[in-house]
Amino acid sequence: MQYQSPASIDEAVAALATIGGARVLAGGTDLLVQLRSGSASPAAVIDIKNIAGLRTISETAEGFRIGAAVSGAEITDHEALVRAWPGVTEAAGLIGSTQVQGRASLGGNVCNASPAADTTPALIAARAVAEIIGPGGRRSIPVEQIATGPGKTSLASGEIVVSFLLPKRPARSADAYLRLIPRTEMDIAVAGAGVSLTLNEDGTIADARVGIGAVAPTALVLDGAPGILVGTKLEDAVLEKLAQMAGAAARPIDDKRGTIDYRRKVVGVLAKRAALIAYERAKGAR
Amino acid sequence: MTYEPKSLKVVGTRPVRHDGPDKVTGRANYASDFTLPGMLWGSILRSPHAHAKVISINTDKARAHPGVKAVITGADLPLPPPGVTQAGESAINTQHLAKNLLARDKVFYDGHPVAAVAAISEAIAREALGLIEIEYEVLPHVIDVDEAMKADAPLLHDDLFTEGVEPRPETPSNIAKRIVVSKGDIEKGFAEADIVIERTYTTKAVHQGYIEPQGCVANYAEDGQAMVWCSSQGQFVIRDLCITMLGMEASSLKVIPAEIGGGFGGKTTVYLEPLALMLSKASGRPVKMTMSRGEVLRATGPHSGSSMTARIGAMKDGTITSAEVVIKFQAGAFPGSPVGAAVMFCSAPYDIPNLSITGYDVVVNIAKVHAYRAPGAPNGAFAFETVLDELAHELKMDPIDFRAKNSAVEGSKSPYGPTYGPLGGIECLSSAKNHPHYKVNLGPNQGRGVASGFWINIGGQSAATVVVNRDGTISLVEGCPDIGGSRASLAMMCAEVLGIAAEKVRPSIVDTTAIAFNDVTGGSRVTFATGIAVVQATEDAVRQMRERAAKMWDIDVDQVGWRDGAAQEMNGNRSLTISQIAQKAAKTGGQIMGHASINASGAGPSLTTHLCDLEVDRETGKITILRYTAFQDAGKAVHPSYVEGQMQGGVVQGIGWALNEEYIHDENGRLENAGFLDYRMPVASDLPMIDAVIIEVPNPNHPFGVRGVGEAPIVPPLAAIANAIYDATGVRMRDLPFSPPKVLAALEAAEKAKANG
Repeated sequence: MQYQSPASIDEAVAALATIGGARVLAGGTDLLVQLRSGSASPAAVIDIKNIAGLRTISETAEGFRIGAAVSGAEITDHEALVRAWPGVTEAAGLIGSTQVQGRASLGGNVCNASPAADTTPALIAARAVAEIIGPGGRRSIPVEQIATGPGKTSLASGEIVVSFLLPKRPARSADAYLRLIPRTEMDIAVAGAGVSLTLNEDGTIADARVGIGAVAPTALVLDGAPGILVGTKLEDAVLEKLAQMAGAAARPIDDKRGTIDYRRKVVGVLAKRAALIAYERAKGAR
Repeated sequence: MTYEPKSLKVVGTRPVRHDGPDKVTGRANYASDFTLPGMLWGSILRSPHAHAKVISINTDKARAHPGVKAVITGADLPLPPPGVTQAGESAINTQHLAKNLLARDKVFYDGHPVAAVAAISEAIAREALGLIEIEYEVLPHVIDVDEAMKADAPLLHDDLFTEGVEPRPETPSNIAKRIVVSKGDIEKGFAEADIVIERTYTTKAVHQGYIEPQGCVANYAEDGQAMVWCSSQGQFVIRDLCITMLGMEASSLKVIPAEIGGGFGGKTTVYLEPLALMLSKASGRPVKMTMSRGEVLRATGPHSGSSMTARIGAMKDGTITSAEVVIKFQAGAFPGSPVGAAVMFCSAPYDIPNLSITGYDVVVNIAKVHAYRAPGAPNGAFAFETVLDELAHELKMDPIDFRAKNSAVEGSKSPYGPTYGPLGGIECLSSAKNHPHYKVNLGPNQGRGVASGFWINIGGQSAATVVVNRDGTISLVEGCPDIGGSRASLAMMCAEVLGIAAEKVRPSIVDTTAIAFNDVTGGSRVTFATGIAVVQATEDAVRQMRERAAKMWDIDVDQVGWRDGAAQEMNGNRSLTISQIAQKAAKTGGQIMGHASINASGAGPSLTTHLCDLEVDRETGKITILRYTAFQDAGKAVHPSYVEGQMQGGVVQGIGWALNEEYIHDENGRLENAGFLDYRMPVASDLPMIDAVIIEVPNPNHPFGVRGVGEAPIVPPLAAIANAIYDATGVRMRDLPFSPPKVLAALEAAEKAKANG
């Protein structure tokens, strides 16, 4: 197995395109586990941690741009980002443990394409856009279009996700992410829900977006959520409708981590609770 | 040796443990830290089937693979003569062990070793495993204990006839053994009861979950002399099992104990060591083998899953009149579950006139179970202590008062035979009742559970040597691996007898050629039994030093006393310190060394009562432990911090077992959660600080009053948590674990039942 540590994106793209079966390495918290267990044996790993720009967080006129190799700990340490996107950053901060946080990257979490990836529902709720560079040049897609199934992505051969763009937020906006794990850390979501809200001055919801995770082969956008939430103040009946919609949208499986029935119920509970948290945060947000 | 109260200077204090700095700095050497020049890597090919006939094995391609130096299969490990090796709480059948080490005509579980390879690298060894061709005929399998007992269940062993049943059955079955403990007349007892409650419980197989996977290095020399470096709970049992498997002499195998990263009973047998020796013998090179976590979970230890029915009757005044319990344990692939302990000890905290407790040892298609901290007792207590809680509610009695009313005390006859000596059960209960924890008010969806537990503790064979160094320091030589702070407690007892600081005594756990045979570290026996050996060896050294002082002073030894680390002239002012005596040792008769080798009896049982507060999230079924306090009789806490540590550790393992730990098998009998991600032990952030309250009712059979403490604390948590869930929600859960999906389903079922009236 080869190890390459290119200094530029072009070199990384060239290496990925020419070595069949090469894998991108950022934090390695998923890939190294796969290598050790024998479930992956790539011809090469291409380490992107040393490529300029992939490990930085920047704030521009468009919003926040987070390099794909930025770790969870770097995300949760970034005060302005945490202020603007409390939900996305709390999702990134939930992955693994303190030690894992030092390495696990945002790009890796999304591109590993686990249905249970914690950041994906939060990024979906945030309308995050993934910026991709490949042999054919640069393109941008909504984050929900990256994973196509467990462990599968829409990335073409040689393509690398280089960054995520979180759009500029209006006033009175906030987000939240919640997941259910049987433990308190070092675990994988049985269900997860990310909610992003923008409020009107009177406290009614002006804009809403909800992503749910671990309840289908990929994280899902809850398309009907704005129709339920916009114009309301999250009254109990509204929350109940949201919970039911999330449960109905879920297409979960029975497995060792939870039953279909359990996941449907809990994803609704999480959507409801995340919405309440996002709402409270948005009320206090500038 | 008997207990006598004395004023103590070292015992009961909290010095830094001798092995602590090495462990926290990473210097301690564990099993996989050892390396030899020219060393090969051994790797094991394991059955992917839960139950199958092995039709053929072809190792030709693996043998021809470049870098492969040896390949072995079951054909290379002839069955040893029938026999049993005692390893603490486990009796190891040597022929079953051989069949477990390497399968022969049948594989009995997912992970059962079929062949092993030694090669010049780990990667090549793994490649070679892929080249071994095995033809299996897959057989129906059975894992659930109740299913395995049915007449039409898939049969694991066609030569297994139930023991303990008269007349002996004419047909083989999966029921290896029936055990019955009884006294009085249970039906008469139930007739006297005003209330009788009968409930059925199930628990899943769980693993010891030691952090350090099994590992070893073996080096088998041409002259038949060999060494093994490994971490275990007893270098002597490793030696004895290895020499039995390989037909070696005891003096030909030196087993060197590495530091151990947890055992909890699971490291009192061999999985790798005989294979590493065979591979080393075959290749002429040292061989290292280590397990992955997946191998550990699939093929070592687990502890029995169980199915239990408990029926208990009580009178209106709270007197328990009768108890009948039936307990069925998974034994794994071969007979020998710890069901006996569940049978003997589930009712042991109480004095109940009429008892009938029956246990079944049942083979199933999972790895052969092995000892896990108070083996069997938590299962039995889960059933027994939960029915007691229901009775207390029905009788409108405080659950602590109800237990106290029925508590066994000194002079009560135990269910398993002997009459109890001094016992701390009542003291634990009253301490719990008066503790601030018991008085805190709980909020909505919060509940409190009470449960008690019992562990017998054992004594056994231990040896110790006390070497007096010229500078007055002491080298304490012992043979029991330290899994819970025993080096510190043994050194402290030595220091107490000598009248010096604990830091002046340096304990070492030595190899099998450097001290007499010691039983394994198990049964909570080391601080008790090895403690007695250490005290006797130290007293031997003191006697010798008094003799030397007498010689130096030219007086009779009767005129020499001992105090504060020095010989004292009784009728004068002269004194000689240890170092003053040691420096003259060459001239007064040679170097000074005290020694003792004993077989200790009279281990005092440890009783314990736990209080658990928890909160149930009614929408997700997730349980959060809010507060937990354990009260336990330690006899005498030699080093209170490590007694507290044992209590906290046992509680935490019990909490994990109660909430999330379970073996999950797919439809083919393959273990689905062979890793710590989905075999969910608790992490630190899951738990509150576990409060430990040490009760001291001295054990009359130990010089300082010590009782074993390591195992009792895992006994009550399953029931304490079940009882607290009831208190929080009004729902009784009787099938472990109480994982969020199961709790939510139970809450919803209860709601539905309520709605339907």
